[in-house]
Amino acid sequence: MISDWQFILLFVAIAVIFPGVPILLGTLVGPKRPNPIKQSTYECGIETVGDTWIQFKVQYYIFALVFLVFDVEAVFLFPIAAAFNFLPLFAVFEVILFVVILLVALGFVWRQGALEWF
Amino acid sequence: MTIQQVVFILISLITIISAIVVVTDRNLFRAAVGLMASFLGVAGLYIILEAGFLAVAQLLVYIGAISILVIFAIMMTRRLMQTIESPFNSQPVWGLIGAVLAFLLLALVAIRTWPTAQYPAPSGPVVESSVQQLGALMVSPDAYVVPFEVASVLLLAALIGAVAISRTEGS
Amino acid sequence: MSFDILEFLQSLVQLNAVGYMREVWSDDMPAWLSEAILDIVVILVICTFNLIIVLGLIWLERKVVARIQDRIGPNRVGGRYGILQSVADATKLLSKEIITPSGADKLAFNLAPLVIVVAALLMWAVIPFAPGVIGTDLNVGLFYVLAISSVSVVPLLLAGWGSNNKYALLGAFRSVAQLVSYEVPMVMALLIPILIAGTMSMQGLVMAQEVWYVLVVPLSALIFLVSALAELGRTPFDLLEAESEIIAGYHIEYSGMKFAMFFLAEFINSLFMAALFTTIYLGGWRGPGAMEYPILGLIYFFIKVFLVYFVFIWIRGTFPRIRIDQLLDFNWKFLVPLTLGLIMVIAVVVKLIPEGTNPWAAAAALFIVNILVGLVALEFVRRYARRQRIEVEEVSISLDKTGDVTEVQSTATVVS
Repeated sequence: MISDWQFILLFVAIAVIFPGVPILLGTLVGPKRPNPIKQSTYECGIETVGDTWIQFKVQYYIFALVFLVFDVEAVFLFPIAAAFNFLPLFAVFEVILFVVILLVALGFVWRQGALEWF
Repeated sequence: MTIQQVVFILISLITIISAIVVVTDRNLFRAAVGLMASFLGVAGLYIILEAGFLAVAQLLVYIGAISILVIFAIMMTRRLMQTIESPFNSQPVWGLIGAVLAFLLLALVAIRTWPTAQYPAPSGPVVESSVQQLGALMVSPDAYVVPFEVASVLLLAALIGAVAISRTEGS
Repeated sequence: MSFDILEFLQSLVQLNAVGYMREVWSDDMPAWLSEAILDIVVILVICTFNLIIVLGLIWLERKVVARIQDRIGPNRVGGRYGILQSVADATKLLSKEIITPSGADKLAFNLAPLVIVVAALLMWAVIPFAPGVIGTDLNVGLFYVLAISSVSVVPLLLAGWGSNNKYALLGAFRSVAQLVSYEVPMVMALLIPILIAGTMSMQGLVMAQEVWYVLVVPLSALIFLVSALAELGRTPFDLLEAESEIIAGYHIEYSGMKFAMFFLAEFINSLFMAALFTTIYLGGWRGPGAMEYPILGLIYFFIKVFLVYFVFIWIRGTFPRIRIDQLLDFNWKFLVPLTLGLIMVIAVVVKLIPEGTNPWAAAAALFIVNILVGLVALEFVRRYARRQRIEVEEVSISLDKTGDVTEVQSTATVVS
């Protein structure tokens, strides 16, 4: 099994070259005339107002959290799905129970209104 | 020095160095990036241990979800700039004692299992269809079906808790 | 064995060049070295193929979208069909100055374009191009693909944060929210072919498709298609690249080649999703005669991939953009419950079908079940739309009563 992953390791090592070389070429070939105006951060053409800090909406956190819960659910479901052909009928009910509990979780979050964007 | 040893040393170095970065860097975002690098290292270690499924699960869950959650949480509670506190806490002596004890414990476990551990792991039918074995174990009543169902309840609780807390803060 | 050029050419046509070279070198050098060299060659082939084909894809997209919009598209550079347009664009980007904004976090700013392209390329390691032609047939191939696509969300945050720009950070958050939300139905939809085939390995999934899975579980294919489009950030889900909305999102501060890398990653990802859809739902390289003559398999594979990619472009040229709240609502309130419900139903049906039935009969049964679930889902949508329409009408009636001459606000997506 490791020989399969060897390929991936080599792939990572070599794939780094493919974006690396053009960027390097770009830095070498392109002009280099830094001046403070060019390097100031972009804000629709006007001067920046305020620090680089924005009001972080809690919505982003909720979406990431719900994603995490369903991600973990997927990690559990994948091996079961792969082994599904060998499992008895009883396994189906266990899977359904698992999924239903998480649907309840989604329903709860929905009811609480935490899935609204605004 | 076989190739496996070289690869193992490389991956361990990555993991340890990024872990040190996580703990000591003042810039919180750098620390988060270090956290992701250490997760990558751990995934590499899983691969060396012939647990391909776990390595991929580590990538998917830890780097793809938990790191993002950590970064979002940092941004929600702090301004993600330099922290002003020193990265070293005010109880170095107790910290040292705790670290030494933990190390001794791990060393004890390692020494106890050293004579019987083999590398590469003795291959048998287990290795071939390990993922399917895992799946079968997870739903079989004599094995792990109860922890499996409890895990879903745990996830439900986590979600309810997080939504409850963030609603009181946000709304 | 000694190297014979004629036999080598023959092995090339049979798509077994790797095996042939392995044999040739088995006497001269240790196995691990020949494996490593062959792996490196395969990797170089995959990466170079990707980079070159992206140039063609950019041209194709511009031409097709232009035709859909009743205009011609690039027709100056390189002859009447503007074939060398992408080459000209790439050269232009190469010659631009790479500006690093002041206060940018050097590590994050420079790491983001690298990581995003590497992640996009890494996914290609497990695609089966033909019987026996695959980078590496991991036994968790499909899961690996999902993990890498999950990891490729991280460079967005790196880019947004590293630019030291409010709008980049805001754009990055919204992009991450979109990508992360649509990961869920994509992952769940891909669970269903694994359920039916009983394996996560990509080559195994292709071999298991005696009947193409798009005919067996069309609803799963549709859900995957929609979530893949959202993952790619293509229309109708490309709110975050729309210049009028948030300038350019997380890659505002990037210029020259670094910007080109984000662009490159998007196209590599698009082609990859087309290839993934082909592998999982359209039977990959399967087709008449593909098993005996692998080269036919390769041809079938590419025909299918380009057909799917054409559909992607077609969708882009046809649909308008949807708003971010509509986007997220659609995902969490419709797609995710639908997918989970579909998984449960299919799990039950698969267990009920007795072993050893004719694959076509089993496929027909699952197909019918899919259609039924789809109809039930549509019924829910219809009820929801009716409720929305009633709300909107009430609002307009109450506005009329108060004597205000205001237009009816339609914030609801009314589906008739």
